[in-house]
Amino acid sequence: MSATPTRKPVKSKPSEPKTPGAGASVKPIGIKEKWQGYWANQRLVAGQTLRRLLKEPASSAMTVLVIGIALALPVVMLVALANIEQLGRGWDGAAKITLFLDQKLSDAQAREFAEGLGRHSDIETVEYRSSRDALEEFREMSGYGDVLNSLSRNPLPAVVLLTPVASDRSTEISQQLLAELAGKPQVAQAKLDLEWVQRLHAMMEIGKRITLALAFLLMLGVLLVIGNTIKLAIEARRDEIVVVKLVGGTDAFVRRPFLYTGFWYGLGGGLTAWLILQVSLLILAGPVSTLAGLYGSEYSLIGLGFGNTLMLWLTSGLLGWMGAFLVVGRHLSGIEPR
Amino acid sequence: MIQFDDVSKRYPGGHTALNHLSFQVDRGEMVFLTGHSGAGKSTLLKLIMMMERPTSGQVFIDGKNLNRLSARKIPQHRRGVGVVFQNHQLLFDRSVFDNVALPLIIAGFQPRDVGRRVRAALDKVGLLDKENKNPVTLSGGEQQRVGIARAVVNKPALLLADEPTGNLDPQLSAEIMHLFEQFNQVGVTVLIATHDLSLIARMPYRVMSLEQGQILAGGVTTA
Repeated sequence: MSATPTRKPVKSKPSEPKTPGAGASVKPIGIKEKWQGYWANQRLVAGQTLRRLLKEPASSAMTVLVIGIALALPVVMLVALANIEQLGRGWDGAAKITLFLDQKLSDAQAREFAEGLGRHSDIETVEYRSSRDALEEFREMSGYGDVLNSLSRNPLPAVVLLTPVASDRSTEISQQLLAELAGKPQVAQAKLDLEWVQRLHAMMEIGKRITLALAFLLMLGVLLVIGNTIKLAIEARRDEIVVVKLVGGTDAFVRRPFLYTGFWYGLGGGLTAWLILQVSLLILAGPVSTLAGLYGSEYSLIGLGFGNTLMLWLTSGLLGWMGAFLVVGRHLSGIEPR
Repeated sequence: MIQFDDVSKRYPGGHTALNHLSFQVDRGEMVFLTGHSGAGKSTLLKLIMMMERPTSGQVFIDGKNLNRLSARKIPQHRRGVGVVFQNHQLLFDRSVFDNVALPLIIAGFQPRDVGRRVRAALDKVGLLDKENKNPVTLSGGEQQRVGIARAVVNKPALLLADEPTGNLDPQLSAEIMHLFEQFNQVGVTVLIATHDLSLIARMPYRVMSLEQGQILAGGVTTA
């Protein structure tokens, strides 16, 4: 090609029609194509950002690991609590009900009453202790034998010890049973020995609150880590942002790759946290089953479960997206073509 | 196509880049914009690109008053204007193809249309065989042609160029100018800022010269 001072006839090429180009006011494509193009771009950017992260595994792994460890801590604690709760559920069934019988009942009447309880569908075991047995036991345990000998009559009532049937609703059943039995004329007083179960539940509640607070703080940390990583990514891609804005890229278009990058970091962190949890469970499974075996129990550790695992991944991905979103708006507006 | 009405641009600090400037470029025209550096050429182009807004006066592009366009509408406006930069503004982390495809992807074209249009644009500037190369491996003239392909791939009605031959030897400069002529011949309005007076003296187009933010000559359509 050489410079020509005069206009030559147009050398048209087959690929370039000889019409004026679609200009500033002409819509280049229809709504449907635009929508399809939009989704094509979403998929493209999602793929590109992921490939970019995988291409620099060393630097990406650092961030992902930090996020993973931060997320693993509350997740492991939550699973530990769920396991303790699972154990405690078995113990709930062991909550005993103590019935102090009316002292006006004869020993035979009391015994008959106790045997009647044994046929109750909600009662697993019944143990009857006559007032004489009770006195004998008290004498041995307390060491006040001489004082007791001086009493003219046995002050202790006959006692029935009940174990409600074990089930998922054992706490509820125990409460119902207690109310029912307390109403019987033979029963002077009914007591549900739940104190230690309640204490356990109270402690679990505290544990849960601590875990939640910790989870909240660590999630905040994850937001900041991702925010900072994205901030550096924005600085590194300053030229690209300028060019994209120059050729008509909207803010949403410029934001998109960074939001996806944040999402991938978050998701990677979630996967890492899940892996840490699985490895922890694997390491603990052996000793726990040995311990359970020593107690004659079949207990085995419970994991996160399918739904919660999905939830963890989704939350972590969303957290990454949010972390990116928080910094992207502020930092991108500062980068304009000059 | 381009109309400036009494446009002034003063920068914070007191420097006046454009001083009550009025001119017009008709649809389908090809116009050169000359002047010393600092005469206001770049500012003028930036106003058209909406990289800056005028301090006073009005700029119309294709009949649209740019003062009335909100910041949200700027991307849409820029898609209708192709720009060629002196420093190319190419991205060296991707292929020639991907550089040229960028405006199409931004505008939301389907991948198959993108491929077709990018190859048409690369064919036009004679770089079809370099589509998979990284622009960093190309010569200065080739890089500038990639920049031109990117500017025209979206088929804009208006093509701006800021010192497009700034770093090129006369032979390459002439080739680049010839490319702009070809686009003009298919109806694209072309405005080229350059200080290469010897080159434009040999071409039969209107020359608008700026000095200290004012038009010395060529402000009126002579056709």
